[in-house]
Amino acid sequence: MTPRKMSLKQKYGAYTRGLDWKPTYQREDDVFPFAKYEGIKIHDWDAWEDPFKLTMDAYWKFQAEKERKLYAVIDSMAQNNGQLGITDARYLNAVKLFIQGVTPLEYQAHRHFAHLARHLPGAGLRVAAQMQSIDELRHCQTQIHTISHYNKYFDGIHDFTHMHDRLWYLSVPKSFFDDATSAGPFEFLTSISFAFEYVLTNLLFVPFMSGAAYNGDMATVTFGFSAQSDESRHMTLGLEAVRFLLEQDEANVPIVQGWIDKWFWRGYRLLSLVGMMMDYMLPKKVMSWGEAWETYYEQAGGALFADLARYGIREPKYADVAKAEKGHMTHQAWGIFYNYTHAAAMHTWDIDEAHMAWLREKYPDTFAQHYEPRYRKWREQAEEGKRFYNNGLPQLCQVCQIPMAFTEVGDPNTISFRVSEHGGDRFHTCSDGCKDIFDHEPEKYAQAWLPVHQIFQGACGGATLPEVLDWYHINQGADNMDYAGSPEEEQWNRWMEGRRPVVPVAAE
Amino acid sequence: MIKPVSISIQNTQDGFAIVEAILADNPEATSNPLPAMTKVDCPGRLVIRADSVSERLGREWDPQEIHLSVISLSGSVDEDDGSLIIFWR
Repeated sequence: MTPRKMSLKQKYGAYTRGLDWKPTYQREDDVFPFAKYEGIKIHDWDAWEDPFKLTMDAYWKFQAEKERKLYAVIDSMAQNNGQLGITDARYLNAVKLFIQGVTPLEYQAHRHFAHLARHLPGAGLRVAAQMQSIDELRHCQTQIHTISHYNKYFDGIHDFTHMHDRLWYLSVPKSFFDDATSAGPFEFLTSISFAFEYVLTNLLFVPFMSGAAYNGDMATVTFGFSAQSDESRHMTLGLEAVRFLLEQDEANVPIVQGWIDKWFWRGYRLLSLVGMMMDYMLPKKVMSWGEAWETYYEQAGGALFADLARYGIREPKYADVAKAEKGHMTHQAWGIFYNYTHAAAMHTWDIDEAHMAWLREKYPDTFAQHYEPRYRKWREQAEEGKRFYNNGLPQLCQVCQIPMAFTEVGDPNTISFRVSEHGGDRFHTCSDGCKDIFDHEPEKYAQAWLPVHQIFQGACGGATLPEVLDWYHINQGADNMDYAGSPEEEQWNRWMEGRRPVVPVAAE
Repeated sequence: MIKPVSISIQNTQDGFAIVEAILADNPEATSNPLPAMTKVDCPGRLVIRADSVSERLGREWDPQEIHLSVISLSGSVDEDDGSLIIFWR
């Protein structure tokens, strides 16, 4: 009798649970030492069902196909001077921010999902974590490989891993992930797989990759979508993992809710960088931060939390603050970078008239009143030869590590900050969201490596700015400062010579 | 309220066929084009049928090939040999 072909679900069962065994000469608690200390109660690991029935053999087949497609594009970019196809050299600063800030997180995710693939007691979840670990390594490698083409021509990309560990604005994504990987396995799943990948990742990848497509960056679109195809699997894992925890025991609900509140706010603060990129760094813009927030959080998140309400889960605490801040957040973030562009490995620039008109249209309630006058003043100063650089070091939030420049909700003229006391010291946070996180685990956040504190303690190469920038490995005068007057601008203009129409277009 | 589900698909040859199949098989689905991708929204539930995509591609399409074309989704997923369903429980 010829064996019958297994159905997808049977095959999936055989390739996951079918490979598992019960330990006999070691106690289960010794084999999985991290499984219980967070207080999460799981009664039946067999109740876990992976939404995508992807088995290892199919996984390798599809991932290989994705790689073939991606490397065809990478080769084509290199052979065809793909860097000439982008809309404007200023666009590349979004790519710099990505490789400095996000690519190292992919590697961190690779490492920690490998940890989960060993330490989660359920076989189905372990297999999913193992695939995700390999995915994340692939993302890290393909991003480095793709962006290496731009590194041949543009500044600020040359030492991104070193910069990720040291630069003030990169401590924002770094500390976010350090926080997650130093938590237990279930908090990590809730933080990265659910709060970040399911609830917020669309806000990172979709506008970023759509932005790349719109700005002629074929390479980034391709690695982005190649990664994002894995991301759909990760986000579905996150949703099902959280649902599984909630269904297993009622006592899990308040623990998971606490993690959702915390990681929503951590993720939202991290996305300030993405929001700023969308509103300020794309020469051709896809959608504003405000619009993306409405589509990907308010609509999609609304459906999600309505679905989870049956378990007693509510919307993340302070989601209302994020909603109320959406007309302010990106402008304030860009302001920070404009103030400190001399200490950043990317450029900023004057906001021109067309850009201001777009911002007025997208942010009718806030831009013209609060931010346009600021940009006009800065332009005036620059034209008088007094371009403003902030030479003081900013106070940082102890939790999100963003310079304290965000304002109170409903009062955009007052900087928001909160104070907590712990062990006889005072700790400052930027918001109620970050203060709650600090107060819940002060022992953890009191240890934060804050770039500004480290400079003052003499741990960052010296007491002067050039010494600190050397310690950052910033190539001074090329990686930092405004785009106007940069070597990159000079190079771009030289490339574009002869490409511009000599005869004015008649229709104009 | 019927909660919306959605899926975003790459604008590729396979992707176009998948979007077409979804729109044909889910009368309430609407498509929103964005640079390089198409977001399909549908109230409550959305099904991607393998035979429907295969017919449009002119070759046999395995529902697991969705992994080569998908960018993002909103909703829970159920997958079997002939289809992929996105839904809210």
